[in-house]
Amino acid sequence: MAEKKDYKVVGTRPIRHDGVDKVTGRALYGADFQTVGLLHGKVLRSPHAHARIKSIDTSRAEAHPGVRAVVTAKDFPAVEDKIADLGEGAANVKDLQDNVLAGDKALYKGHQVAAVAAIDPHTAEEALELIDVEYEVLPPVIKVLDAMKEDAPLLHEDMHTDEMGEKSEKPSNIAAHFQHKQGDPEKGYAEADVVVEQEYTTETVHQGYIEPHNATALYNPDGQLTIWCSTQGAFAVRGQVSEILQIPVSKVKVVPMEIGGGFGGKINVYIKPIAAMLSMKTGKPVKVLMSRADVFEGTGPTPGSYVRVKMGATNDGRITAAEAYLAFEAGAYPGSPVGAAAFCVFSPYKVENGTVDGYDVVVNKPKTAAYRAPGATNAAFAAETVIDEICEKIGMDPLEFRILNSATEGDIRIDGPPAPRVGFIETVEAAKDHPHYSAPLEGENVGRGVASGYWPNFGMKSSVSINVTGDGTISLVEGSTDIGGTRASIAMQAAEVLGIPAESVTPTVADTDSVGYTDVTGGSRTAFATGYAAYEAAQDVKQQMIERAAKLWEVDPEEVQFADGVFSSVNGKEQEIDFKGLAERLDETGGPVVGRGTADPNQPGPSIGLHVVDVEVDPDTGKIDILRYTATQDAGKAVHPSYVEGQIQGGAVQGIGWALNEEYIYNEKGEMTNASFLDYRIPTCLDLPMIDAVIVEVPNPGHPFGVRGVGETPIIAPPAAIANAVYRATGVRLKELPMSPGRVLKAMGKI
Amino acid sequence: MPKKVHVQTTINGEAVEYLCEPRQSLLEVLRDVLHLTGAKEGCNNGNCGACSVILDGRLVNSCLVLGAELEGKSLETIEGLAEPEQLHPIQDAFLENAALQCGICTPGFIMAAKALLDQNPNPTEHEIRYWLAGNLCRCTGYDKIVRAVQDAAQTTS
Ligand code: FES
Ligand code: FES
Repeated sequence: MAEKKDYKVVGTRPIRHDGVDKVTGRALYGADFQTVGLLHGKVLRSPHAHARIKSIDTSRAEAHPGVRAVVTAKDFPAVEDKIADLGEGAANVKDLQDNVLAGDKALYKGHQVAAVAAIDPHTAEEALELIDVEYEVLPPVIKVLDAMKEDAPLLHEDMHTDEMGEKSEKPSNIAAHFQHKQGDPEKGYAEADVVVEQEYTTETVHQGYIEPHNATALYNPDGQLTIWCSTQGAFAVRGQVSEILQIPVSKVKVVPMEIGGGFGGKINVYIKPIAAMLSMKTGKPVKVLMSRADVFEGTGPTPGSYVRVKMGATNDGRITAAEAYLAFEAGAYPGSPVGAAAFCVFSPYKVENGTVDGYDVVVNKPKTAAYRAPGATNAAFAAETVIDEICEKIGMDPLEFRILNSATEGDIRIDGPPAPRVGFIETVEAAKDHPHYSAPLEGENVGRGVASGYWPNFGMKSSVSINVTGDGTISLVEGSTDIGGTRASIAMQAAEVLGIPAESVTPTVADTDSVGYTDVTGGSRTAFATGYAAYEAAQDVKQQMIERAAKLWEVDPEEVQFADGVFSSVNGKEQEIDFKGLAERLDETGGPVVGRGTADPNQPGPSIGLHVVDVEVDPDTGKIDILRYTATQDAGKAVHPSYVEGQIQGGAVQGIGWALNEEYIYNEKGEMTNASFLDYRIPTCLDLPMIDAVIVEVPNPGHPFGVRGVGETPIIAPPAAIANAVYRATGVRLKELPMSPGRVLKAMGKI
Repeated sequence: MPKKVHVQTTINGEAVEYLCEPRQSLLEVLRDVLHLTGAKEGCNNGNCGACSVILDGRLVNSCLVLGAELEGKSLETIEGLAEPEQLHPIQDAFLENAALQCGICTPGFIMAAKALLDQNPNPTEHEIRYWLAGNLCRCTGYDKIVRAVQDAAQTTS
């Protein structure tokens, strides 16, 4: 079990290895990829939210000068309606294909319908206008509760609800309903002195990474396909493209370029199979780039939702029962993160009596993708504000309430498994001790709120290999694309094992032919699981180096010790050699040393955080200003504290954006009307104060250095914390996200 | 295809000439014609600042300038900032402060910060936030970016 201890490299703040490339503009992202003979692809998208595609005539586009190929869904190979295991989560292959190029129906505005390859992007764009699509426009359904109605327009006429394992008789937009139950909620409410029940809605929001999706594909006559792209998982792209195009995985090589943000949104493929199909038709490399509007209308987002939470508690602050009803928009195809929401909704707390119902519902919006702790933010907005209301009713400090009700290791959760160890109480204590929590709040219309956020984190598979270089450094080859500084945090874990400085590691993110299978950079798993694989690879190197030292000194390997970067023989002659010295002598002792490590750790260790926020609400305009923000979080062991703080700060700000103004705005035709960064406004630095990130370290017993993933948790708490602060400032509880000025004024009864 | 325009200009202190279509933006010319891919496209309509460059001393979004407009002008891009052996102090400050995560916004922020410090070597936190509000970063929450610019101001002034 990992204990709290001091390390030489882990816990320090070296300059990241890819830093110079990234501050000089030299780092090559997906869209920066160039090659000779490149063609450019553009994608035609459905202008309708819901329409039957009666015919597509591409002849005029094909005849346009400079056009080299046009593709539609007809160009897909036939696939069975089957569920494919893609390594991280399964998916229906037909749905995957349909989402990439619409078949019979376009299911959202922005749905890809056809694509063109031409000699330059402008010519390709011109050709799109020459593709004639005949649509039969159908009524759209945009909101989850509308889609659940008996008489709602159906997206998939052949979809029946999976009702806790049984298929419904009638077709429905409800793809699935599940329920978790434990204890006796009725008995729990009977024991309660206060019961609070509230309804909440949240709108669709986007991951909002700054780099649009991109792909360049080259198909060779020998059947070998290469794709250069930015992605959260090169192997995930390989798996999906292989299924969609029915090509063996061994024939697909994915080269991950640098990636400009993902947050869960760069796992699903959209244009990668299209670039591949266009290359198959033309025999040339084809590059396809999305515009910002394409990104909003055709990718991501995270679900809008309807959530109802009911909780009961005694006057002395004990939770007696809790219930949640979670209805999530999956977008055009099933697969919303309602399962994760159900898992997280009451996770921080000990709840002996409770039920959680989850509904996965299709609507005429883009198929939802993961977004940082998918589902948890929607759920926590409800649960954490209900808790605030209970605290107010019983007159208890919300931090004391959380300490009193914190789940402890082994408590059985509503969804079945026992709760693992996590530093919930420690993060609450850290917030309580922080000067922010006791600082006086001055002025009018100001308020302070708190909320917590819980995420289970993921382990999954990673591979790393390490080559020892003659000058005493190592090169480290990994498969995790580096979205936020993980080259550094992974390299540091290998350096720690080998007693060398972080700077003596040269990390490389390799393509799918050059490194072992590695799951996506997601699930807060990279520093944890790929770090674990790096630890294992470094252990392998260490063992081999011990054998080399033994050979050099003609002793048994058992007689060689390794500590603080120095090999020494323990008996007989006092001999010592450091890692560098031994690396210089590899040729004398048997040649190259290559270490390998794989990991599939099953104890990722959850992460939890407690956020404190001060707001000021303008009573005339309804605008909420964030005055001060403090976020505590259990990181297990922060490998590179600067980048852990960065995750906490960045996640908190995404949560602030979600809380204050981010939303897809739809008109009655089901069209998103704000598909630009001007109208879908993400926070700018002028909207924010400094974000005080407080790292709490309760080591994760499932990792050699105690690491817990940190990436996702920080987005969860902000909407609830801000809503609770707004209540203190105005006396009004907001139950809809985002808390945009109009909604605030309405809630205050001013409009 | 429309007839191309011949442009003579100065980029990062060096004389450059190129042909471009009248409809190509400066960002397209930089990236696709000159292969200077440090300026990034995040939105192509002036809302994200990822394509920031300095044109005749003024910070501009290169996606909102036409390539043909560069005739006779002087352009600074991220590629021209570092000396062969030495990063610019703003670049150093970004690394020291871990002011980037994915890094796609970084060239734009660094160019915007340079334009700020060129004209206001000692900005307040509010002035920094005001000036950088045209540059979007989705990863960092801006805290470390603002601190990096504060640090760079200390070293350059
Ligand atoms: S690409 Fe120019 S401002 Fe976004
Ligand atoms: S570091 Fe990713 S957008 Fe700024």
